[in-house]
Amino acid sequence: MSTSVTKGGPRTGAGRPRRGTGANTGRPHAALALPGVLFFLFFAAVPMVLAFCLSFTQWNGLGNPQPVGLANWRKLFDDGRLTQSLTVTVLLTVVSWAFQTVVSILLGVWAAGRQRNRAILSAIFFVPFLLSSTAISLLFYALLDPNFGIIHGDTLGSTNGAFLAIVFVGGWQFIPFHTLIYQGGARQIPEVLYQAAAIDGAGRYRQFFSITLPQLRNTATTSGVLMVVGSLTYFETVLILTQGGPGTDTAILPYLMYEAGFKSYDFGYASAIASFLVVAATALSLLLVRLSGFGTMRSTREGM
Amino acid sequence: MSHDTLPHPVKTGAAPVARPAGRRRRHWTQRPNPLAGLGSIVWLVVVIVPVYAMITASLTPRDEALGHNALKPPSHPTLANYSTVLHNGFFHYLWNTVLAAVAVVAIVLVLCVPLAYVAVRTRGFWSGAAFRLFLLGVAIPAQAVVVPLYLMIAKLNLYDSLLAIILPTAAFAMPVAILVLTGTLRDISEEVYEAMALDGASPLRMLFQLVIPMSKGGISTVGIYSALQAWNGFLFPLIFTQSEGPRVLTLGLFNYVSQFGVNIPALLASVVLSGVPIFAVYLVARRALVGGLMGVGGK
Repeated sequence: MSTSVTKGGPRTGAGRPRRGTGANTGRPHAALALPGVLFFLFFAAVPMVLAFCLSFTQWNGLGNPQPVGLANWRKLFDDGRLTQSLTVTVLLTVVSWAFQTVVSILLGVWAAGRQRNRAILSAIFFVPFLLSSTAISLLFYALLDPNFGIIHGDTLGSTNGAFLAIVFVGGWQFIPFHTLIYQGGARQIPEVLYQAAAIDGAGRYRQFFSITLPQLRNTATTSGVLMVVGSLTYFETVLILTQGGPGTDTAILPYLMYEAGFKSYDFGYASAIASFLVVAATALSLLLVRLSGFGTMRSTREGM
Repeated sequence: MSHDTLPHPVKTGAAPVARPAGRRRRHWTQRPNPLAGLGSIVWLVVVIVPVYAMITASLTPRDEALGHNALKPPSHPTLANYSTVLHNGFFHYLWNTVLAAVAVVAIVLVLCVPLAYVAVRTRGFWSGAAFRLFLLGVAIPAQAVVVPLYLMIAKLNLYDSLLAIILPTAAFAMPVAILVLTGTLRDISEEVYEAMALDGASPLRMLFQLVIPMSKGGISTVGIYSALQAWNGFLFPLIFTQSEGPRVLTLGLFNYVSQFGVNIPALLASVVLSGVPIFAVYLVARRALVGGLMGVGGK
């Protein structure tokens, strides 16, 4: 990167010709960013604060919210469904991440090859991603129907079956996308690394584990963050496939919140669940950012 | 090191094959791999079987459907299910979805390109803070804010309108858009800006004559990504709209479940139809679509 020259601080860089107007010549005014920041704050940050405020009130959607202090929070932490929901949410996130990452890396690295058959198959593999998640959930709702579907027996009626169905349906939709990301990542690995490894006598599988995987570090972070956030939003899959059932066995946090808010019209309690979700998601993303250096995006070309 | 975000499989793929084998070791991406080939066949089955079952089932007559195995082709294929769907508001829903997608893409691009430009070109405290805000925003699930947004939308008199879907969808597409765009903009080298500054170009002129033309890859990635967010969106339409007027395709599909009841072939016909428009886009502009989405992964 040629920018290393300017890294020391472009505003103090000595010897560079400067015009009389000062160091900020050619730098855009921050006001240019303002509309975007305000729009985002209004539709994403303000509601988050509002959710937190609403969690201390009782409100059924009509009239004005009545303050009730900590009642909703007390109810939340006494609610047996919360622990169960949290467990299911975390399990779903982890299992989906593992399933999608393993398949996407294998397919993505495979699809990075330039062979003609790989190009054709990759084009077919992409097809599920063209359907919306609602459409895909409906498709599997029909295919898993005990009276009609392709699998005999009541898959969605058993706890494990329903859970695995959600994991599979999520993977079926999003693996094409993550495969694409890994394919792009694998194609950017410098050829010299493989040549050097070949000279050192590393075989194909050794090369995969010692070069391909480490080089895909940044790709895996990006894709992983998108997967984790994505699996928090399996809401429509749950709503259409299982409605949180059997019982409340697949009621992930967003679904629990939806039920409290838009089925029982207890918006105060729904806001408490939502605030909890925000705290959990933020903690999770901070953890991911810290663990992976997503903010700084360490280069995989270090030491070359 | 500025990588083109668009892949060029044909250009780089065709040439080396013709080269005599012994002259140079084949590029690693050219060597066959039987184990991976087997795996890819397995995945092919996983992808094809549901798609095949969906299409055959949508062609099955309603009275033949009950107790019918979806894998068996129907004995009397029919298009009746498709006409049922098309006569139940399908085109109206599709039109709403297209409107919403276009509006979301426009809002996201108009707001995010200048924002990313400022985030990359200034190093002050506030631009750093703005960037971190969006970085954190990636992880905010839309579900978490849906209750207060419902309150705000109602107060703004936007409930049950297309705008109620468009505005929040655009806001929630912004974090990823900013990440992709800042990544692209960082690849424009400092020297080009300096050259333009020496020529007396204003920052605004640089935006239009340098930044936008040089980040077309990132901009098309963001456009495709936000269009897909609008296309896929389900929660906002479910909660912020109610009547037939502003109903989008995803919600229309969801309502078919109760409307068609046990008429599963018609339900599957609606699923097939909902995929047709974007499948057409895929056939026409596969390279751009795939290349654009690949850009979400950054570099």
